[in-house]
Amino acid sequence: MQEYLPLFADAMLLTLFIGWIGVIISVVLGLIAAFIQYFKIPVLRQIIKVYIELFRNTPLLIQLFFLYFALPKIGLSMSPQVCGALGLGLLGGSYMAEAFRSGLESVDKIQSESALSLGMTKFQALRYIILPQAISTSMPAFVANIIFLLKETSVFSAISLMDLMFTAKDLIGLYYKTAECLVMLVVFYLIILLPVSIVGSIIERRLRYASFGD
Amino acid sequence: MAELLKEELLRIEHLRKAYDNTVVLKDISLTVHKGEVIVVIGPSGCGKSTLLRCINGLEPIQGGKITLRGQEIDGNSKDIAQIRQKLGMVFQNYELFPHKTVLQNIMLAPMKVQKRPKDEVEAQAKQLLERVGLLEKKDSYPRQLSGGQKQRVAIVRALCMNPEMMLFDEVTAALDPEMVREVLDTILELAKAGGTMIIVTHEMSFAKAVSDRVLFLDGGEIVEEAVPEKFFSDPQTERAKRFLRTFEYDAVKHHDI
Ligand SMILES: Nc1ncnc2c1ncn2[C@@H]1O[C@H](COP(=O)(O)OP(=O)(O)OP(=O)(O)O)[C@@H](O)[C@H]1O
Ligand SMILES: [Mg+2]
Repeated sequence: MQEYLPLFADAMLLTLFIGWIGVIISVVLGLIAAFIQYFKIPVLRQIIKVYIELFRNTPLLIQLFFLYFALPKIGLSMSPQVCGALGLGLLGGSYMAEAFRSGLESVDKIQSESALSLGMTKFQALRYIILPQAISTSMPAFVANIIFLLKETSVFSAISLMDLMFTAKDLIGLYYKTAECLVMLVVFYLIILLPVSIVGSIIERRLRYASFGD
Repeated sequence: MAELLKEELLRIEHLRKAYDNTVVLKDISLTVHKGEVIVVIGPSGCGKSTLLRCINGLEPIQGGKITLRGQEIDGNSKDIAQIRQKLGMVFQNYELFPHKTVLQNIMLAPMKVQKRPKDEVEAQAKQLLERVGLLEKKDSYPRQLSGGQKQRVAIVRALCMNPEMMLFDEVTAALDPEMVREVLDTILELAKAGGTMIIVTHEMSFAKAVSDRVLFLDGGEIVEEAVPEKFFSDPQTERAKRFLRTFEYDAVKHHDI
Protein backbone atom coordinates (compact mmCIF):
# COMPACT_ATOMS: atom_id res chain seq x y z
CA MET A 1 0.00 0.00 0.00
CA GLN A 2 2.93 2.27 0.71
CA GLU A 3 3.65 2.87 -2.95
CA TYR A 4 0.27 4.58 -3.29
CA LEU A 5 0.88 7.02 -0.48
CA PRO A 6 2.31 9.71 -2.79
CA LEU A 7 -0.79 9.39 -4.96
CA PHE A 8 -3.01 9.97 -1.95
CA ALA A 9 -0.82 12.80 -0.75
CA ASP A 10 -1.06 14.55 -4.12
CA ALA A 11 -4.80 14.04 -4.16
CA MET A 12 -5.05 15.45 -0.65
CA LEU A 13 -3.15 18.58 -1.65
CA LEU A 14 -5.50 19.08 -4.58
CA THR A 15 -8.54 18.55 -2.36
CA LEU A 16 -7.15 20.95 0.23
CA PHE A 17 -6.24 23.57 -2.33
CA ILE A 18 -9.54 23.63 -4.16
CA GLY A 19 -11.48 23.10 -0.94
CA TRP A 20 -9.96 26.11 0.78
CA ILE A 21 -10.31 28.35 -2.25
CA GLY A 22 -13.95 27.32 -2.26
CA VAL A 23 -14.19 28.21 1.43
CA ILE A 24 -12.67 31.64 0.84
CA ILE A 25 -15.11 32.34 -2.00
CA SER A 26 -17.95 31.21 0.23
CA VAL A 27 -16.91 33.56 3.04
CA VAL A 28 -16.74 36.54 0.71
CA LEU A 29 -20.09 35.69 -0.89
CA GLY A 30 -21.62 34.95 2.49
CA LEU A 31 -20.52 38.28 3.97
CA ILE A 32 -21.85 40.24 1.01
CA ALA A 33 -25.14 38.34 1.08
CA ALA A 34 -25.51 38.72 4.86
CA PHE A 35 -24.93 42.48 4.79
CA ILE A 36 -27.36 42.94 1.92
CA GLN A 37 -30.01 41.13 3.93
CA TYR A 38 -29.14 42.83 7.22
CA PHE A 39 -29.36 46.29 5.73
CA LYS A 40 -32.44 45.27 3.73
CA ILE A 41 -31.08 46.67 0.48
CA PRO A 42 -33.99 46.58 -1.97
CA VAL A 43 -33.88 44.40 -5.09
CA LEU A 44 -30.47 42.95 -4.24
CA ARG A 45 -32.09 41.48 -1.17
CA GLN A 46 -34.62 39.53 -3.25
CA ILE A 47 -31.89 38.31 -5.58
CA ILE A 48 -29.86 37.08 -2.59
CA LYS A 49 -32.90 35.31 -1.20
CA VAL A 50 -33.37 33.38 -4.45
CA TYR A 51 -29.66 32.58 -4.61
CA ILE A 52 -29.62 31.22 -1.06
CA GLU A 53 -32.70 29.05 -1.51
CA LEU A 54 -31.48 27.77 -4.86
CA PHE A 55 -28.05 26.72 -3.68
CA ARG A 56 -29.00 25.46 -0.27
CA ASN A 57 -31.65 23.20 -1.68
CA THR A 58 -29.81 21.51 -4.55
CA PRO A 59 -26.99 18.96 -4.26
CA LEU A 60 -23.45 20.10 -4.98
CA LEU A 61 -23.09 17.31 -7.53
CA ILE A 62 -25.84 18.80 -9.66
CA GLN A 63 -24.44 22.32 -9.29
CA LEU A 64 -21.06 21.03 -10.46
CA PHE A 65 -22.64 19.25 -13.44
CA PHE A 66 -24.25 22.53 -14.39
CA LEU A 67 -20.98 24.43 -14.19
CA TYR A 68 -18.95 21.73 -15.92
CA PHE A 69 -21.29 20.23 -18.51
CA ALA A 70 -24.10 22.73 -19.10
CA LEU A 71 -22.31 26.09 -19.13
CA PRO A 72 -19.95 25.10 -21.97
CA LYS A 73 -23.08 24.64 -24.11
CA ILE A 74 -23.60 28.39 -23.86
CA GLY A 75 -19.96 29.02 -24.51
CA LEU A 76 -18.71 29.26 -20.91
CA SER A 77 -16.25 26.50 -20.30
CA MET A 78 -14.04 26.32 -17.24
CA SER A 79 -11.41 23.89 -16.07
CA PRO A 80 -12.50 21.26 -13.55
CA GLN A 81 -10.41 23.05 -10.90
CA VAL A 82 -12.22 26.34 -11.43
CA CYS A 83 -15.56 24.56 -11.55
CA GLY A 84 -14.81 22.76 -8.31
CA ALA A 85 -13.74 25.87 -6.39
CA LEU A 86 -16.54 27.99 -7.81
CA GLY A 87 -19.19 25.35 -7.23
CA LEU A 88 -18.07 24.88 -3.66
CA GLY A 89 -17.91 28.65 -3.16
CA LEU A 90 -21.43 29.18 -4.46
CA LEU A 91 -22.85 26.40 -2.32
CA GLY A 92 -20.87 27.57 0.70
CA GLY A 93 -21.85 31.21 0.17
CA SER A 94 -25.49 30.31 0.69
CA TYR A 95 -24.70 28.53 3.95
CA MET A 96 -22.28 31.20 5.17
CA ALA A 97 -24.83 33.92 4.39
CA GLU A 98 -27.30 32.32 6.75
CA ALA A 99 -24.67 31.89 9.48
CA PHE A 100 -23.52 35.53 9.28
CA ARG A 101 -27.05 36.90 8.96
CA SER A 102 -28.29 35.09 12.03
CA GLY A 103 -25.20 36.30 13.90
CA LEU A 104 -25.95 39.90 12.96
CA GLU A 105 -29.61 39.53 13.81
CA SER A 106 -28.82 37.99 17.19
CA VAL A 107 -27.57 41.40 18.37
CA ASP A 108 -30.54 43.35 19.72
CA LYS A 109 -31.42 46.61 18.01
CA ILE A 110 -31.23 48.40 21.35
CA GLN A 111 -27.51 47.54 21.60
CA SER A 112 -26.91 49.65 18.56
CA GLU A 113 -29.23 52.37 19.90
CA SER A 114 -27.21 52.33 23.09
CA ALA A 115 -24.08 52.90 21.01
CA LEU A 116 -25.76 55.64 18.99
CA SER A 117 -26.93 57.36 22.17
CA LEU A 118 -23.27 57.65 23.16
CA GLY A 119 -22.66 59.65 20.01
CA MET A 120 -21.28 56.88 17.86
CA THR A 121 -21.97 56.94 14.13
CA LYS A 122 -23.82 54.00 12.59
CA PHE A 123 -20.52 52.74 11.25
CA GLN A 124 -18.86 52.93 14.67
CA ALA A 125 -21.79 51.11 16.25
CA LEU A 126 -21.46 48.38 13.64
CA ARG A 127 -17.72 48.10 14.03
CA TYR A 128 -17.33 48.24 17.80
CA ILE A 129 -20.63 46.86 19.06
CA ILE A 130 -22.55 44.78 16.55
CA LEU A 131 -19.87 42.98 14.55
CA PRO A 132 -17.82 41.65 17.47
CA GLN A 133 -20.94 40.15 19.03
CA ALA A 134 -22.23 38.86 15.69
CA ILE A 135 -18.93 37.18 14.86
CA SER A 136 -18.72 35.22 18.07
CA THR A 137 -22.36 34.18 17.78
CA SER A 138 -21.91 32.92 14.23
CA MET A 139 -18.60 31.18 14.94
CA PRO A 140 -19.99 27.66 15.63
CA ALA A 141 -22.07 27.70 12.44
CA PHE A 142 -19.09 29.13 10.56
CA VAL A 143 -16.77 26.29 11.63
CA ALA A 144 -19.46 23.67 10.95
CA ASN A 145 -19.87 25.12 7.44
CA ILE A 146 -16.14 24.91 6.72
CA ILE A 147 -16.09 21.25 7.74
CA PHE A 148 -19.21 20.57 5.71
CA LEU A 149 -17.69 22.22 2.63
CA LEU A 150 -14.39 20.37 2.90
CA LYS A 151 -16.32 17.11 3.12
CA GLU A 152 -18.36 18.04 0.07
CA THR A 153 -15.14 18.02 -1.96
CA SER A 154 -15.63 14.25 -2.17
CA VAL A 155 -17.95 14.74 -5.15
CA PHE A 156 -15.25 16.51 -7.16
CA SER A 157 -14.28 13.24 -8.84
CA ALA A 158 -17.52 13.49 -10.79
CA ILE A 159 -16.05 16.31 -12.84
CA SER A 160 -12.78 14.38 -13.26
CA LEU A 161 -10.77 16.20 -10.61
CA MET A 162 -8.11 13.87 -9.25
CA ASP A 163 -9.08 14.35 -5.65
CA LEU A 164 -8.95 11.79 -2.83
CA MET A 165 -12.15 10.06 -3.87
CA PHE A 166 -11.03 9.87 -7.47
CA THR A 167 -7.70 8.35 -6.47
CA ALA A 168 -9.27 5.79 -4.19
CA LYS A 169 -11.82 4.73 -6.80
CA ASP A 170 -9.07 4.53 -9.39
CA LEU A 171 -6.86 2.31 -7.25
CA ILE A 172 -9.76 0.10 -6.27
CA GLY A 173 -10.64 -0.30 -9.92
CA LEU A 174 -7.07 -1.20 -10.85
CA TYR A 175 -5.99 -3.41 -7.96
CA TYR A 176 -9.14 -4.40 -6.06
CA LYS A 177 -7.60 -3.36 -2.73
CA THR A 178 -10.94 -2.04 -1.62
CA ALA A 179 -10.49 -2.18 2.15
CA GLU A 180 -7.01 -0.65 2.17
CA CYS A 181 -8.01 2.14 -0.13
CA LEU A 182 -11.09 2.99 1.90
CA VAL A 183 -9.04 3.10 5.09
CA MET A 184 -6.57 5.43 3.37
CA LEU A 185 -9.47 7.59 2.28
CA VAL A 186 -10.75 7.89 5.82
CA VAL A 187 -7.27 8.64 7.17
CA PHE A 188 -6.62 11.38 4.65
CA TYR A 189 -9.99 13.01 5.21
CA LEU A 190 -9.28 12.99 8.92
CA ILE A 191 -5.92 14.64 8.27
CA ILE A 192 -7.76 17.40 6.44
CA LEU A 193 -10.66 17.86 8.83
CA LEU A 194 -9.43 17.16 12.35
CA PRO A 195 -7.20 20.25 12.50
CA VAL A 196 -10.09 22.42 11.31
CA SER A 197 -12.32 20.95 13.95
CA ILE A 198 -9.77 21.37 16.75
CA VAL A 199 -8.66 24.87 15.80
CA GLY A 200 -12.31 25.80 15.33
CA SER A 201 -13.32 24.80 18.82
CA ILE A 202 -10.34 26.59 20.35
CA ILE A 203 -11.25 29.78 18.50
CA GLU A 204 -14.87 29.41 19.55
CA ARG A 205 -13.90 29.16 23.18
CA ARG A 206 -11.49 32.10 22.97
CA LEU A 207 -14.04 34.28 21.24
CA ARG A 208 -16.74 33.41 23.72
CA TYR A 209 -14.43 34.38 26.52
CA ALA A 210 -13.43 37.64 24.89
CA SER A 211 -17.03 38.36 24.03
CA PHE A 212 -18.96 37.44 27.06
CA GLY A 213 -16.41 36.79 29.78
CA ASP A 214 -16.97 33.09 30.35
CA MET B 1 -38.67 83.47 39.11
CA ALA B 2 -35.18 82.08 39.45
CA GLU B 3 -35.89 79.91 36.45
CA LEU B 4 -36.16 82.90 34.20
CA LEU B 5 -32.57 83.71 34.83
CA LYS B 6 -31.42 80.26 33.99
CA GLU B 7 -30.10 79.18 30.69
CA GLU B 8 -32.49 77.28 28.47
CA LEU B 9 -31.16 73.90 27.41
CA LEU B 10 -33.86 71.83 25.81
CA ARG B 11 -36.99 73.03 24.08
CA ILE B 12 -39.77 70.85 22.74
CA GLU B 13 -42.49 72.53 20.71
CA HIS B 14 -45.71 70.79 19.70
CA LEU B 15 -44.05 67.41 19.35
CA ARG B 16 -46.17 64.82 17.57
CA LYS B 17 -45.13 61.22 17.27
CA ALA B 18 -47.07 58.36 15.68
CA TYR B 19 -46.34 54.76 14.82
CA ASP B 20 -48.17 54.15 11.57
CA ASN B 21 -51.67 55.26 12.49
CA THR B 22 -51.46 55.24 16.27
CA VAL B 23 -50.58 58.61 17.69
CA VAL B 24 -48.36 58.14 20.74
CA LEU B 25 -47.41 61.73 21.54
CA LYS B 26 -50.00 64.33 20.61
CA ASP B 27 -48.82 67.83 21.29
CA ILE B 28 -45.97 67.95 23.74
CA SER B 29 -44.29 71.22 24.60
CA LEU B 30 -41.64 71.46 27.26
CA THR B 31 -38.70 73.63 28.16
CA VAL B 32 -35.87 72.43 30.36
CA HIS B 33 -33.39 74.84 31.91
CA LYS B 34 -29.89 74.14 33.01
CA GLY B 35 -29.79 72.41 36.38
CA GLU B 36 -33.45 71.44 36.32
CA VAL B 37 -34.65 67.98 37.24
CA ILE B 38 -37.86 66.97 35.48
CA VAL B 39 -39.67 63.80 36.45
CA VAL B 40 -42.09 62.26 33.99
CA ILE B 41 -44.70 59.88 35.33
CA GLY B 42 -47.74 58.26 33.84
CA PRO B 43 -49.42 54.92 33.22
CA SER B 44 -47.76 52.20 31.20
CA GLY B 45 -47.90 52.80 27.46
CA CYS B 46 -48.59 56.53 27.75
CA GLY B 47 -45.48 57.40 25.75
CA LYS B 48 -42.79 58.15 28.34
CA SER B 49 -40.08 56.06 26.71
CA THR B 50 -41.09 57.35 23.31
CA LEU B 51 -40.65 60.92 24.53
CA LEU B 52 -37.08 60.23 25.71
CA ARG B 53 -36.28 58.37 22.50
CA CYS B 54 -37.49 61.33 20.47
CA ILE B 55 -35.32 63.68 22.50
CA ASN B 56 -32.35 61.46 21.68
CA GLY B 57 -33.20 61.37 17.98
CA LEU B 58 -33.79 57.63 18.06
CA GLU B 59 -37.32 58.01 16.67
CA PRO B 60 -38.45 60.01 13.66
CA ILE B 61 -41.10 62.55 14.64
CA GLN B 62 -44.20 63.51 12.70
CA GLY B 63 -44.55 67.07 13.83
CA GLY B 64 -43.14 69.82 15.99
CA LYS B 65 -39.57 70.52 16.85
CA ILE B 66 -37.00 69.55 19.46
CA THR B 67 -33.92 71.68 19.99
CA LEU B 68 -30.93 71.48 22.30
CA ARG B 69 -29.36 74.91 22.77
CA GLY B 70 -31.12 75.97 19.60
CA GLN B 71 -29.75 73.08 17.57
CA GLU B 72 -32.48 70.94 16.04
CA ILE B 73 -32.53 67.27 16.98
CA ASP B 74 -33.21 65.10 13.96
CA GLY B 75 -32.15 61.46 13.78
CA ASN B 76 -31.23 61.82 10.12
CA SER B 77 -29.16 64.98 10.27
CA LYS B 78 -25.43 64.69 10.13
CA ASP B 79 -25.05 66.59 13.40
CA ILE B 80 -27.02 64.03 15.36
CA ALA B 81 -23.98 62.11 16.65
CA GLN B 82 -22.51 65.34 17.93
CA ILE B 83 -25.78 66.37 19.64
CA ARG B 84 -26.18 62.93 21.22
CA GLN B 85 -22.82 63.37 22.94
CA LYS B 86 -24.48 66.09 24.98
CA LEU B 87 -27.39 63.84 25.97
CA GLY B 88 -26.60 60.94 28.27
CA MET B 89 -29.21 58.23 27.97
CA VAL B 90 -29.69 55.38 30.42
CA PHE B 91 -31.99 52.52 29.45
CA GLN B 92 -34.23 50.31 31.53
CA ASN B 93 -32.20 47.19 30.77
CA TYR B 94 -28.76 48.82 31.11
CA GLU B 95 -27.65 47.90 27.56
CA LEU B 96 -24.03 47.54 28.53
CA PHE B 97 -21.88 46.01 25.81
CA PRO B 98 -21.51 42.35 26.85
CA HIS B 99 -18.22 41.83 25.00
CA LYS B 100 -16.45 44.64 26.83
CA THR B 101 -15.31 45.01 30.41
CA VAL B 102 -16.71 47.70 32.67
CA LEU B 103 -13.82 50.04 31.96
CA GLN B 104 -13.96 49.37 28.20
CA ASN B 105 -17.70 50.02 28.22
CA ILE B 106 -17.11 53.40 29.80
CA MET B 107 -14.03 54.42 27.82
CA LEU B 108 -15.08 53.36 24.33
CA ALA B 109 -17.17 56.38 23.34
CA PRO B 110 -15.02 59.09 24.99
CA MET B 111 -12.01 57.72 23.11
CA LYS B 112 -13.53 56.81 19.75
CA VAL B 113 -16.20 59.48 19.52
CA GLN B 114 -14.69 62.41 21.41
CA LYS B 115 -11.13 61.41 20.54
CA ARG B 116 -9.95 62.20 24.05
CA PRO B 117 -6.60 60.85 25.24
CA LYS B 118 -6.74 57.44 26.90
CA ASP B 119 -5.04 58.49 30.14
CA GLU B 120 -7.44 61.32 30.74
CA VAL B 121 -10.50 59.19 29.99
CA GLU B 122 -9.27 56.37 32.16
CA ALA B 123 -8.66 58.70 35.07
CA GLN B 124 -12.16 60.11 34.78
CA ALA B 125 -13.72 56.67 34.36
CA LYS B 126 -11.99 55.40 37.49
CA GLN B 127 -12.96 58.44 39.46
CA LEU B 128 -16.61 58.06 38.44
CA LEU B 129 -16.54 54.34 39.25
CA GLU B 130 -15.10 55.18 42.63
CA ARG B 131 -17.94 57.59 43.21
CA VAL B 132 -20.55 54.87 42.64
CA GLY B 133 -18.52 52.35 44.62
CA LEU B 134 -17.60 50.09 41.72
CA LEU B 135 -13.93 50.74 41.15
CA GLU B 136 -12.97 47.17 42.06
CA LYS B 137 -15.29 45.92 39.28
CA LYS B 138 -13.49 47.81 36.53
CA ASP B 139 -12.19 44.68 34.82
CA SER B 140 -15.35 42.61 35.20
CA TYR B 141 -17.63 41.76 32.33
CA PRO B 142 -21.26 42.95 32.55
CA ARG B 143 -22.55 39.42 33.10
CA GLN B 144 -20.51 39.20 36.27
CA LEU B 145 -22.38 42.14 37.81
CA SER B 146 -25.71 42.40 39.59
CA GLY B 147 -28.50 44.41 38.01
CA GLY B 148 -27.90 47.37 40.29
CA GLN B 149 -24.19 47.34 39.54
CA LYS B 150 -24.85 47.15 35.80
CA GLN B 151 -27.17 50.11 35.99
CA ARG B 152 -24.63 52.19 37.89
CA VAL B 153 -22.02 51.33 35.27
CA ALA B 154 -24.46 52.40 32.57
CA ILE B 155 -24.92 55.72 34.37
CA VAL B 156 -21.15 56.18 34.66
CA ARG B 157 -20.76 55.31 30.98
CA ALA B 158 -23.16 58.10 30.05
CA LEU B 159 -21.57 60.54 32.51
CA CYS B 160 -18.07 59.96 31.19
CA MET B 161 -19.10 61.75 28.00
CA ASN B 162 -19.65 64.88 30.13
CA PRO B 163 -23.18 65.35 28.79
CA GLU B 164 -25.13 68.53 29.39
CA MET B 165 -28.24 66.60 30.22
CA MET B 166 -29.15 63.09 31.33
CA LEU B 167 -32.19 61.07 30.27
CA PHE B 168 -33.20 58.19 32.55
CA ASP B 169 -35.84 55.75 31.34
CA GLU B 170 -37.22 53.71 34.23
CA VAL B 171 -33.72 52.77 35.21
CA THR B 172 -34.84 50.82 38.28
CA ALA B 173 -37.78 48.98 36.72
CA ALA B 174 -35.75 45.84 36.03
CA LEU B 175 -34.10 45.76 39.46
CA ASP B 176 -34.77 43.78 42.60
CA PRO B 177 -36.09 46.05 45.38
CA GLU B 178 -32.88 46.01 47.39
CA MET B 179 -30.92 47.31 44.40
CA VAL B 180 -33.28 50.12 43.55
CA ARG B 181 -31.90 52.25 46.36
CA GLU B 182 -28.26 52.19 45.25
CA VAL B 183 -29.19 53.36 41.77
CA LEU B 184 -31.60 56.05 42.94
CA ASP B 185 -29.00 57.34 45.39
CA THR B 186 -26.58 57.72 42.50
CA ILE B 187 -29.13 59.80 40.61
CA LEU B 188 -29.91 61.88 43.69
CA GLU B 189 -26.19 62.65 44.01
CA LEU B 190 -26.14 63.86 40.42
CA ALA B 191 -29.16 66.05 41.01
CA LYS B 192 -27.54 67.53 44.10
CA ALA B 193 -24.44 68.30 42.06
CA GLY B 194 -26.59 70.41 39.74
CA GLY B 195 -27.07 68.00 36.85
CA THR B 196 -29.84 68.63 34.36
CA MET B 197 -32.04 65.61 33.81
CA ILE B 198 -35.31 64.14 32.68
CA ILE B 199 -36.26 61.09 34.69
CA VAL B 200 -39.00 58.62 33.85
CA THR B 201 -39.85 56.61 36.93
CA HIS B 202 -42.50 54.72 38.83
CA GLU B 203 -40.81 55.38 42.18
CA MET B 204 -43.09 58.03 43.63
CA SER B 205 -41.18 58.92 46.77
CA PHE B 206 -38.00 59.24 44.74
CA ALA B 207 -39.83 61.44 42.24
CA LYS B 208 -40.99 63.65 45.06
CA ALA B 209 -37.50 63.95 46.48
CA VAL B 210 -35.54 64.54 43.31
CA SER B 211 -37.69 66.65 41.02
CA ASP B 212 -38.07 70.35 40.49
CA ARG B 213 -41.06 69.73 38.27
CA VAL B 214 -43.34 66.77 37.67
CA LEU B 215 -44.94 66.06 34.32
CA PHE B 216 -47.90 63.73 34.32
CA LEU B 217 -48.27 62.15 30.91
CA ASP B 218 -51.40 60.28 29.89
CA GLY B 219 -52.77 59.36 26.49
CA GLY B 220 -49.82 61.01 24.78
CA GLU B 221 -50.25 64.45 26.27
CA ILE B 222 -49.07 66.36 29.31
CA VAL B 223 -52.13 66.28 31.52
CA GLU B 224 -50.64 68.02 34.50
CA GLU B 225 -47.42 69.86 35.25
CA ALA B 226 -46.54 71.06 38.73
CA VAL B 227 -43.89 71.27 41.43
CA PRO B 228 -43.72 67.96 43.30
CA GLU B 229 -45.07 69.28 46.60
CA LYS B 230 -48.21 70.38 44.84
CA PHE B 231 -48.56 67.48 42.45
CA PHE B 232 -48.33 64.73 45.03
CA SER B 233 -50.43 66.37 47.75
CA ASP B 234 -52.97 68.17 45.65
CA PRO B 235 -53.23 66.97 42.05
CA GLN B 236 -55.54 69.16 39.98
CA THR B 237 -56.82 66.70 37.41
CA GLU B 238 -59.02 63.68 37.91
CA ARG B 239 -56.68 61.54 35.80
CA ALA B 240 -53.68 62.37 37.97
CA LYS B 241 -55.66 61.64 41.11
CA ARG B 242 -56.70 58.28 39.76
CA PHE B 243 -53.13 57.48 38.73
CA LEU B 244 -51.69 58.37 42.13
CA ARG B 245 -54.31 56.21 43.84
CA THR B 246 -52.97 53.14 41.99
CA PHE B 247 -49.91 53.35 44.22
CA GLU B 248 -51.96 53.01 47.39
CA TYR B 249 -53.35 49.83 48.79
CA ASP B 250 -56.40 49.32 50.92
CA ALA B 251 -56.11 46.95 53.84
CA VAL B 252 -57.89 43.69 53.21
CA LYS B 253 -56.80 41.80 56.30
CA HIS B 254 -59.37 39.92 58.30
CA HIS B 255 -58.87 40.39 61.98
CA ASP B 256 -61.47 38.01 63.22
CA ILE B 257 -60.17 34.65 62.10
N1 LIG C 1 -41.93 50.47 17.73
C1 LIG C 1 -43.23 50.65 18.01
N2 LIG C 1 -44.17 50.41 17.07
C2 LIG C 1 -45.47 50.60 17.33
N3 LIG C 1 -45.94 51.04 18.50
C3 LIG C 1 -45.07 51.32 19.47
C4 LIG C 1 -43.66 51.13 19.28
N4 LIG C 1 -43.03 51.49 20.42
C5 LIG C 1 -44.00 51.85 21.28
N5 LIG C 1 -45.22 51.76 20.71
C6 LIG C 1 -46.50 52.12 21.35
O1 LIG C 1 -46.40 53.44 21.80
C7 LIG C 1 -47.05 53.59 23.04
C8 LIG C 1 -46.09 54.26 24.03
O2 LIG C 1 -45.01 53.41 24.29
P1 LIG C 1 -43.91 53.78 25.34
O3 LIG C 1 -42.93 52.66 25.35
O4 LIG C 1 -43.40 55.13 25.06
O5 LIG C 1 -44.74 53.79 26.69
P2 LIG C 1 -44.22 54.02 28.17
O6 LIG C 1 -44.96 55.16 28.70
O7 LIG C 1 -42.73 54.11 28.18
O8 LIG C 1 -44.70 52.70 28.89
P3 LIG C 1 -43.99 51.86 30.05
O9 LIG C 1 -44.28 52.57 31.33
O10 LIG C 1 -44.68 50.53 30.00
O11 LIG C 1 -42.55 51.77 29.74
C9 LIG C 1 -47.49 52.22 23.48
O12 LIG C 1 -48.86 52.13 23.28
C10 LIG C 1 -46.78 51.29 22.57
O13 LIG C 1 -47.57 50.19 22.28
MG1 LIG D 1 -41.17 52.85 28.91
